[in-house]
Amino acid sequence: MSGIIEIENLSKQYGSGTRALDDVSLSIREGEILALLGPNGAGKTTLISIICGLVVPTSGTVRVGGHDIRTDWRAARRLIGLVPQEIALEPFESVIDSVRYTRALYGEPPDDAHVEAVLRSLALWGKRDAATRELSGGMKRRVLIAKALSHRPKVLFLDEPTAGVDVVLRREMWDVVRDLRRSGVTIILTTHYLEEAEEMADRIGVIDKGKLALIQTKAEMMGEFGRKTLVIELDTALPALPAGLARPGLALSDDGASLAYDYDTKAERTGIARLLGDLAQNGVGVRDISTTQSSLEEIFMNLVSETPRVSA
Amino acid sequence: MNRHGAAAIFRHEMARFFRTIWQSIASPVLSTALYFVVFGSAIGGRIQSVEGVPYGAFIVPGLMMLTVLQQSVSNASFGIYFPKFSGTIYEYLVSPVGWVEITLGFVGAAAVKAILIAFLILATSYFFVEMHVLHPLWMLAFLFLTALAFSLLGFIIGLWAKSFEQLQVVPLMVVTPLVFLGGAFYSADMLPPFWESVAKLNPVLYLISGFRWSFFGLADVPVTVSLLAVAAMIVVCMGIIRWIFATGWRLRD
Repeated sequence: MSGIIEIENLSKQYGSGTRALDDVSLSIREGEILALLGPNGAGKTTLISIICGLVVPTSGTVRVGGHDIRTDWRAARRLIGLVPQEIALEPFESVIDSVRYTRALYGEPPDDAHVEAVLRSLALWGKRDAATRELSGGMKRRVLIAKALSHRPKVLFLDEPTAGVDVVLRREMWDVVRDLRRSGVTIILTTHYLEEAEEMADRIGVIDKGKLALIQTKAEMMGEFGRKTLVIELDTALPALPAGLARPGLALSDDGASLAYDYDTKAERTGIARLLGDLAQNGVGVRDISTTQSSLEEIFMNLVSETPRVSA
Repeated sequence: MNRHGAAAIFRHEMARFFRTIWQSIASPVLSTALYFVVFGSAIGGRIQSVEGVPYGAFIVPGLMMLTVLQQSVSNASFGIYFPKFSGTIYEYLVSPVGWVEITLGFVGAAAVKAILIAFLILATSYFFVEMHVLHPLWMLAFLFLTALAFSLLGFIIGLWAKSFEQLQVVPLMVVTPLVFLGGAFYSADMLPPFWESVAKLNPVLYLISGFRWSFFGLADVPVTVSLLAVAAMIVVCMGIIRWIFATGWRLRD
């Protein structure tokens, strides 16, 4: 089954020679939340800017709901809503007029009931008559979301939705995104907050140096790339690691009270059983055992640090 | 064709005009009154009449044209430049509105605003001079076509400009001098033959001449030439705008 967005061999080279996207192919499933992760300048914003019509690709194709974004652009754009990274609002316009305006730009007839529902869902109804310049940064960002939802898009792009907002507001935004997903909207968000991707996304795509390094479900990624650490609390502190226990990945804590053993979850043999056997053989008593898993942040850093960075 | 989109842009731009209605009205009315005082009373007292038309009345079409040209260019250029400046231009680029709808909305509103102000100047002139329009339909046609042509030009300037300075430079350095040298306050016949020939290289002369003909039946150049000049300008400007949107020049990366 084809996705709501099909991207094939998409590349973008700017006039300056910078290759912002390099042969990216991707299928985005209807109803999912896809997080595009990557360091600054990786190509995330270029990718969504091409899909939305802000940037002209050098080569490749994009289809939204089966409509080519270049040959059938009107139909493709009707399905899309974009919340840009930068807050851009007409300062003297009221919130409700701003949302009505965007709806009209999408060719939709006036529908104040829908506009009201959108504003209420984003806790903006009370501010509907306020000029946008009077709003706080968080409210302005919510106005941008309201505008992007004014024409009932099937796909919503959120470009760094929580960049520069405080922790409380970030959590609020996450709730908004989850509510949107529940209403059936496909959501593609770019972020460099790994916590954000970990918290919300169904699938995570990692973009680095214009290439799609990886795209997997969150569980797959954690399973495939995640390393676990086995922490063994000892009965009696050891002055040094006995020679019979020494092996790659095993380290004694500074106070000698515990051992930490890093192992690969996807390896055929993790070495845990053998380690426990060797502990018994060397007369080392075990008080407690626990495991910790590497975070998405560590996985991400591993992925993007595999090749040396080049400045764009 | 996205008619809701085009209508929304038009209404949005008109709303900006009505939000600052007193500034929009006061400035042209005051300038016109000053022109009448300076040119109509002070200088007009010495010139009396041009080809049988009292000088005070003779300058009215020129004053209207001066305002229409300035207002058309500044309204349209500011209209499209402001979203570029504030960043809201993205809305037009990601929504299903094409160059025709965007141009209709911005240029249509700029032209309508300029025409409204031109009528305000005409109304103001009745306080100073006795006026009557010989060919009212042609007057309307010239007014509409000129406002449209220069709104299109202003729209191109707004698309091209990367700063407020650039936005000002063309109206200030090109349009205003062309209007003053285009016979707004005199007839080309009043110039020495050499300068009359030079003046006829100025496209604005043809607009003012045609417009003045609709008032008094007097023209420096044939009316058909005036109409062709303004029509040619509209076609050329539309072609440039279409090219800008097709290539994304100064709009899309």
